[in-house]
Amino acid sequence: MRSATQDGALVSLRGVRKAFGSIEVLRGVDLNVAKGQVVAIIGPSGSGKSTILRTINGLTPVDHGVITVGDITVTDPRVDKVALRHRVGMVFQQYNLFPHKTVLENVAMAPIQVLGEPRRQVEERAKDLLAGMRLPEKALSYPGELSGGQQQRVAIARALCMQPEVILFDEVTAALDPEMVKEVLSAVRKVAEDGMTCILVTHEMRFAREAANRIYFTDKGVIVEQGEPKAFFENPRDPRTIEFLDKVL
Amino acid sequence: MSETTILTDIFRWLPFVLWGFALNILMSILAIMLGTAAGVFLGFGQISHVRLIGRISRLATQLFRNAPWLVLLFYCIFLMPYSFTVSGVTYNVPSWLRATLGFSVPVAANFSEIVRGAIGSIPKGQWEAAEVLGYTRTVTLFRIILPQCVTRMLPPWMNLYALLITATPLASIVGVDEALARTQAAVQSEVQPGFLIPMYLTLLTMFFLYAYPISRVSAALERRFQTV
Ligand SMILES: Nc1ncnc2c1ncn2[C@@H]1O[C@H](COP(=O)(O)OP(=O)(O)OP(=O)(O)O)[C@@H](O)[C@H]1O
Ligand SMILES: [Mg+2]
Repeated sequence: MRSATQDGALVSLRGVRKAFGSIEVLRGVDLNVAKGQVVAIIGPSGSGKSTILRTINGLTPVDHGVITVGDITVTDPRVDKVALRHRVGMVFQQYNLFPHKTVLENVAMAPIQVLGEPRRQVEERAKDLLAGMRLPEKALSYPGELSGGQQQRVAIARALCMQPEVILFDEVTAALDPEMVKEVLSAVRKVAEDGMTCILVTHEMRFAREAANRIYFTDKGVIVEQGEPKAFFENPRDPRTIEFLDKVL
Repeated sequence: MSETTILTDIFRWLPFVLWGFALNILMSILAIMLGTAAGVFLGFGQISHVRLIGRISRLATQLFRNAPWLVLLFYCIFLMPYSFTVSGVTYNVPSWLRATLGFSVPVAANFSEIVRGAIGSIPKGQWEAAEVLGYTRTVTLFRIILPQCVTRMLPPWMNLYALLITATPLASIVGVDEALARTQAAVQSEVQPGFLIPMYLTLLTMFFLYAYPISRVSAALERRFQTV
């Protein structure tokens, strides 16, 4: 625990391995994210990006290695799940809002029901967050009445309302129509600029370059290369990175 | 001339048969209540992550769903005690009550599948989103998954009930004095030829008038929920 704070890492993965059946999806992943940092993970499809995110909040248990978030050891089998969920938020590609709850309920329910915070206080916060996501008038709508971009911004507000220390974004614009990508990216950008620690998996290279402090490139379950965005995109060194960037840029 | 006498005979017997039909309705309502309650538990058991509970629930569901209702009825009728004694007082279990329990077994198994299917039709992302927000599996099931399932379970549940009411005359085989048994008694005690077919037709009409609207409402609900 002490060492994690000493080298300034809020999130740390050490030698993380994970196999689904006989397929090794993560083959020794090391990753450090300092508080307030914005990290982008990029890489080809199936290289293990989502799996990395999912191990960080314990959605996917790992086979080997140690993961810590602050003073919580995620890989400890006796980990306090509620404390972990409190600290790590996540936003999915498919939004996954609860369709039978209003937007406001979606945002406010978990802090009230899981963390036991007072309803009035949480609802105030939820309304502020919805305003921050430029959705103040949608509080009483149901998710089905919103566009994809609006739903995704509600999902971001929902993650923020838990007051986490880090938020994981897994290709949050991949399911959106092109005209809505921008509004969601600028919402993510705003979250990052407000000082939230962010780990984002994305196919939007330009966004990664502009919004992130650090880029990690994954291929076949390992991190092949990492660096500052400018150096990474202008001077990639590993042949696999070069090949990938050639294809997508 | 003989048509009118047949009609008057039918009307004479109608209250007698209708009282029998009331027993069919009573058995079906009790059996759907018992079967639904038990089916909810079996359905939850089927999706349990505790392996033993999952296995037993799935086995019981498949066993009772694929067995003929009449066989299950025989089992319940003959395996259950005819009377039981609680602190000195002996209670008789009437055969209609034992038959009701017999009907609730296949109802439970069928409803168990309805529950499992409805829960399975909710996208996995709902479970994950809830998990990420700190909800446990049980709380997720009750607060997030089941509220989305109710509308999906209602039409098949009503169909199951319509099926159940039409199965209740099986109870006449094990000696329950319900509508079919009473119709048979009526037919046997009338010497008049040509009485048999109209009398059975009356019984059919009774069941049809009761079950058909239920099926219609169920179909209407199904269509309505599909478009939403
Ligand atoms: N629950 C699972 N069971 C079996 N295999 C899985 C499971 N989850 C992921 N995989 C496999 O692990 C590999 C990595 O998956 P992952 O989703 O982490 O990739 P990704 O980099 O996020 O890809 P994409 O860009 O397509 O989202 C894939 O081959 C995938 O099929
Ligand atoms: Mg992915």
